[in-house]
Amino acid sequence: MTWETVIGLETHVELATKTKIFCSCTTQFGGDPNTHCCPVCTGMPGTLPVLNEKVLEFAVKAGLALNCEITRRSQFDRKNYFYPDLPKAYQISQLYLPICHDGAVDIGGGKTIRIHELHMEEDAGKLVHDPWLDQTKADYNRCGVPLIEIVTEPDFRSAEEVIAYLEQLRSTLQYLEVSDCKMQEGSLRCDVNLSVRPAGSDTFGTRTEMKNLNSFKAISRAIAYESRRQIELLEEGKRVVQETRRWDENKDATYAMRSKENAQDYRYFPEPDIPPVEISEAYLERLRAEQPEMAQARQARYQAHWGLPAYDAQMVTSQKALALFFEATVALGAQPKQVSNWIMGEVLGQLSAHGMEAKDMALTPATLARLIALVQEGKLNRNTAVKVFEAVFATNGDVDAYIREHGLEQVSDTGLVSSVVEQVLAANEKSVADFKAGKEKAFGFLVGQVMRQLKGQAAPAVVNQLLREQLERQ
Amino acid sequence: MKITEEMVDYISQLSRLQLPPEEKTAMTAELEQIVGYMDVLNTLDTTDVEPLSHVFPVKNVMRADQVVPSYDRASLLAGAPAADKDAFLVPKAVE
Amino acid sequence: MELYELTALELAHKLHTGEVTQQEAADTALSRIHAAQPHNNAFITVSGPAFPAADLSASPLAGVPMAYKDNICTRGTTTTCASSILGQFSPCYDATVVECLSAAGAVSLGKLNMDEFAMGSTSETSCFGPVKNPWDLTRVAGGSSGGAAAAVAHREVWYAIGSDTGGSIRQPAAYCGVTGMKPTYGTVSRYGLIAYASSLDQMGPIAPSAADCAAVLDLIQGKDPRDGTSLDIPAGRLLDSLTGDLRGKKIGLPVDCYGEGLDAEVRSAVLAAAEVLKARGAAVEEFALPVMNYVVPTYYIIAAAEASSNLSRFDGVKYGWRAEGYADLGELYTKTRTQGFGSEVKRRILLGTFVLSSGYYDAYYKKALQVKSLIKQAFDDAFTKYDLLLTPVAPTTAPKLGESLSDPLKMYLSDIYTVSVNLAGLPALSMPCGFDSKGLPIGAQLIGPALGDGMVLDAAYGYQQDTHWHRHIPQGGDLK
Repeated sequence: MTWETVIGLETHVELATKTKIFCSCTTQFGGDPNTHCCPVCTGMPGTLPVLNEKVLEFAVKAGLALNCEITRRSQFDRKNYFYPDLPKAYQISQLYLPICHDGAVDIGGGKTIRIHELHMEEDAGKLVHDPWLDQTKADYNRCGVPLIEIVTEPDFRSAEEVIAYLEQLRSTLQYLEVSDCKMQEGSLRCDVNLSVRPAGSDTFGTRTEMKNLNSFKAISRAIAYESRRQIELLEEGKRVVQETRRWDENKDATYAMRSKENAQDYRYFPEPDIPPVEISEAYLERLRAEQPEMAQARQARYQAHWGLPAYDAQMVTSQKALALFFEATVALGAQPKQVSNWIMGEVLGQLSAHGMEAKDMALTPATLARLIALVQEGKLNRNTAVKVFEAVFATNGDVDAYIREHGLEQVSDTGLVSSVVEQVLAANEKSVADFKAGKEKAFGFLVGQVMRQLKGQAAPAVVNQLLREQLERQ
Repeated sequence: MKITEEMVDYISQLSRLQLPPEEKTAMTAELEQIVGYMDVLNTLDTTDVEPLSHVFPVKNVMRADQVVPSYDRASLLAGAPAADKDAFLVPKAVE
Repeated sequence: MELYELTALELAHKLHTGEVTQQEAADTALSRIHAAQPHNNAFITVSGPAFPAADLSASPLAGVPMAYKDNICTRGTTTTCASSILGQFSPCYDATVVECLSAAGAVSLGKLNMDEFAMGSTSETSCFGPVKNPWDLTRVAGGSSGGAAAAVAHREVWYAIGSDTGGSIRQPAAYCGVTGMKPTYGTVSRYGLIAYASSLDQMGPIAPSAADCAAVLDLIQGKDPRDGTSLDIPAGRLLDSLTGDLRGKKIGLPVDCYGEGLDAEVRSAVLAAAEVLKARGAAVEEFALPVMNYVVPTYYIIAAAEASSNLSRFDGVKYGWRAEGYADLGELYTKTRTQGFGSEVKRRILLGTFVLSSGYYDAYYKKALQVKSLIKQAFDDAFTKYDLLLTPVAPTTAPKLGESLSDPLKMYLSDIYTVSVNLAGLPALSMPCGFDSKGLPIGAQLIGPALGDGMVLDAAYGYQQDTHWHRHIPQGGDLK
């Protein structure tokens, strides 16, 4: 029998606000334990939550970008359970009236993933077991960091579709600047609901939920493992048990969590401390107007308008900051393909060498445009330009000043080049003879000798031309 | 509405409370009496009545996204039954 | 006249004229507290004896000794909610109300006894022992702000801040013969009030007179950015607006509040109060308010549900008390909560957990929210016809100690006249209107429309111009 895997995703995304969802503590990642905390986010008695307006704005922006309906009258609910990472013993979330619902994401290849809902909630703290104390330490720095949870319909049929969706989602949220979506820092986390059924069936099998998936690789492997496990169970005539399973990265397997954790009755009820949220048409209009052009749209535009190859367009739009950098450089008169070459090569290379994000780059479009212009005008050769680029990258140094100070201006004085060519030809009679005997390789050697004497600053075209002229003359 | 001891066990577990047997029996009877009295609400027709969770039509109460310095850690940990210099301590809670 | 016989505003006046010093006022209060404490147990924590001098220009009540119910957070002073589970909890923050009053020159003499987590109608569920009624020490002071009412009745402080979730200011004020006001929901910030039922809780004053209550509310009402449910309304003009003029006012008497179950002496005292209001120019009329039959179950479902969630944070991890002898995290939670909470609190937590649990939410909790909507509508309708409503505060005067706790349902039912006000978010005031044949105070309740706090206070102010009930002070040999 052939089997079909059916997958739905719940994705938690930390929002890039400055402060927590219900108090004014910083959301900065890391920090010494319990130093980004106050009485509100540590659940002290008598304290009250007050909603951060940016959280609402970011959630609605994300919902609009995911083609969701926006709930005009939304409210928060309490989800009650005891755990030491949750100091109030309830999480403020949204169950009955989530802020966004019924959206859709096009993941390419004619496939659309439906979004069931998107809601706002608070993150929990972090627990770290200390083996020396044999005690678990509770750190509430992350407690109250704003999250949106995006729940899809069970529309995925493969790990590839899941990854395509997540890449699309990540790009969208990054373009909106509502999240940095760093999986390694936990700002994008996924729970996978998975079931299998005979191909062609239109009823769902029993599903399991996998938690703790913190990389695309883990997601792919967990899906592969879990669908194989379920298929094997069914083929052996056994049943799949509905349960929560944890992915163990090291063992490359999922395992069932203790049944007690599966017994859940969260007793959701409307949060009395937070008045409802009403979304006006004017508010929606404002946020709609602020929606940026997303990666896919930009790719299409770069190809159509500037004739960029599809690969270049994709690379240049992989981060919003790169796309904006690209457009600004082109706007300064640089040739688009030249710009994409520089971005894909030198810019990404330097960013990775410095361990930096494009959005934090000091280098300005004007600097890159100037370098490209100097090469174009024959005043700098490409290799020297790369050296200059590397030198000015970190601080956005002045390109012209650097060239002047280091005497890197390209030699285009044909008199000087001619005399060097004469010297080189005189000193390398064997190579001249080889060239005349038809060995084209010898020409390259002679060019290299001329360039070396000129410290690499001669315009290659000028060297080539003068060398050929003199060889022919001999 | 009949309240059974099993129901009391279930809600006790959810509330992290554990009643000794004799208290449980008494509590079961009291809850049954109280819940029975609450059933008087069923004599009211509330079809099409919106549940009212917030009594006044206040809405969109929000704060600006501006950082305020956090509290001194020592003051937050001061009242903890068990803490070291930087965190609250609990028995093993990590798998 | 002795200092303690003055109202809060009268004492304030003497402080302002220099006739009395702040230390004299504080000393008078402290000596009365210390004399009474072994008998009435009104306080949990007493501050002093020395206090920094208040700036008398800060407010009309500057320098007047007062105290807070012990569920209101005071920075650096233990705040216990009269529960073992909070242990020696000493908050690192002040409630907004405390900030407001400190800035206004209030002199706090300490923290007042109460029912554990404000759950009760008698102040007997305190882990520090019951509060006793200063009019008769064999009787309860009422609850849950029993310590506040007892301390003000016996003039150990000139005013107190209590909290009222279903009558917890008004009923003990009635039992003890003082004036207590629950303002419109959202007009006083709840920040720093340890929550019982967030959608119903509201703090307010207990004081000798309605004018005192107005003066206190002027200092504590107003928008607080730390409480999302606080209302953005103009505040601070109540005292200046008092006239006592009731001409043209219509006062409704809901007949459903005067029927079966109401003590005859209480009924006649409240009806006599209606006559006083009439004599001041008000028109008084009876009307039907059948929704009163549903207010107690609705209230207890909603209050217990919210309480079950609000009290979950008391788990022995972050603050307060932790049980000993636990093998693992689960036992830490269960032992701490089982041993740390008293039985009335556990009863309400279990009830609240039940009405929210899977399978029962719609039948109980959601149903209660729907009925709450009908109750609010009924009151809104009543206020299209009447400016104010007049009812008893409680069906009887203060019962004997130990009589109420044995029958929880009966105790819940005694809240019938007060809980509807919290469900509908309305302002209401309890004022002394006489004594029964046992010499126990009787209270009358004035209820106003939302934000009609000024009108409620004005009617009570007018009433107190023509009556002397609020001037009676228990002289009880029992307290000596």
